[in-house]
Amino acid sequence: MTSEIELISLVLFAILVVTAIGITRLRGLYGAVMLAALFSLVIACLFVVLDAVDVAFTEAAVGAGISTVLMLTVLALTRAREAVTPRRRLWPAGIGSVLTGGLLIYGSQDLPAFGARDSPVQRHPITEAYLLESQNDIGVPNTVTSVLASYRGYDTFGELAVIFTAGTAVLLLLSYVPRHDPDFERRKLLLADYRILRVVSKILFPFIFLFALYVQFHGDYGPGGGFQAGVIFASGFVLYGLVFGIDNARRVVPRWLLRVLISSGLLLYGGVGLTSMLLGGTFLDYDALSPSHPVMGQHVGILLVELGVGITVAGVMTAIFFVFADRRVLQ
Amino acid sequence: MTAPSLVGSAGGVLVLVGALVTLSGGVGLLRMPDFYSRVHAAGLTDTAGVGLIALGLILRAPDWGVVVRLLFILLFLLLTSPTATHALAQAARRDGVRVWTDGEPRR
Repeated sequence: MTSEIELISLVLFAILVVTAIGITRLRGLYGAVMLAALFSLVIACLFVVLDAVDVAFTEAAVGAGISTVLMLTVLALTRAREAVTPRRRLWPAGIGSVLTGGLLIYGSQDLPAFGARDSPVQRHPITEAYLLESQNDIGVPNTVTSVLASYRGYDTFGELAVIFTAGTAVLLLLSYVPRHDPDFERRKLLLADYRILRVVSKILFPFIFLFALYVQFHGDYGPGGGFQAGVIFASGFVLYGLVFGIDNARRVVPRWLLRVLISSGLLLYGGVGLTSMLLGGTFLDYDALSPSHPVMGQHVGILLVELGVGITVAGVMTAIFFVFADRRVLQ
Repeated sequence: MTAPSLVGSAGGVLVLVGALVTLSGGVGLLRMPDFYSRVHAAGLTDTAGVGLIALGLILRAPDWGVVVRLLFILLFLLLTSPTATHALAQAARRDGVRVWTDGEPRR
């Protein structure tokens, strides 16, 4: 069994290396973006091999899914071919990457062997606490969710704040749209002439949103949660924008609604923390939400916090796609 | 041979055939002369190859939950893969990529 897993990992790593070399060699940037998506997908497979399904899910949804679309939208604004860099200017960057790679490989010598029994992760008492006591404290079958949303609620709050800040920054930088300048035209990202694409995507929309809701609210029991669900929601809107045009998508999710969504998710998360403080606990201590029945409080807290994550992530991803697709470029 | 193991080995055969179809699709992607025939080869791996593998896995599934999930995946793939192949070929046609005829060099 171990050797089978080793074989699979070896093959996946080989594909990874070949893909990485391919990305550096390609001049056509559309191809490079596609290879980058493949890279993410292979990494997601590696995470599955390592039994980290939640991380694999996020990597597949974010790396292979939404970031590929965002990169393609950017390429629609710029040229799709890489400029040729003179060879002598490649040397400093090349030496830098070789040095960094060498340092990383040198540093990896200190890591414990793959699956070692006496690694710090295995010996530290916190592992025991997370894996065993979380079932009594929180009662959520998926330990990843209880670590992410409850034990490490602060960290996740910080992550959400980072996403919020990034989204706000992109909106501030790109929201300005010169309205009636004849020199600037919006690149057409319209695929509505493709009749089959239109029909099939119409069939798919309800299922995409249903699946996003499932991932959002089933995160306590299986892989999934707010981050993945938010990205799936956003990909539904992005697909709509791609197929039916950005103006029609704007009518479905107008600008003000996106701004409200982006901030309300973070506010919901922080609000849960403040509520638990007002009820006599510490910040993000969900036990305080239901003092007589702490497990119930944990469930409610995790549900609300994950909902906040999902709303903000969906809003930020959709908004970033919209502002990129809305850009007008010099014809 | 008992019935469940018969179903299981039928599933194994389906997975194997699916893998062969996928392999032939990969060979086709490398060997076919122009864009349209290469898209055809790639579409083969998407629908026939993955479809057969999913069907085989359904026959070998340990319980009904897995069967239902695999059926959903199969349905999704049967809907999306041909659509993607179609969109790709359509986009090439709009871009004016000509169809290869016998005797021309590979493109």
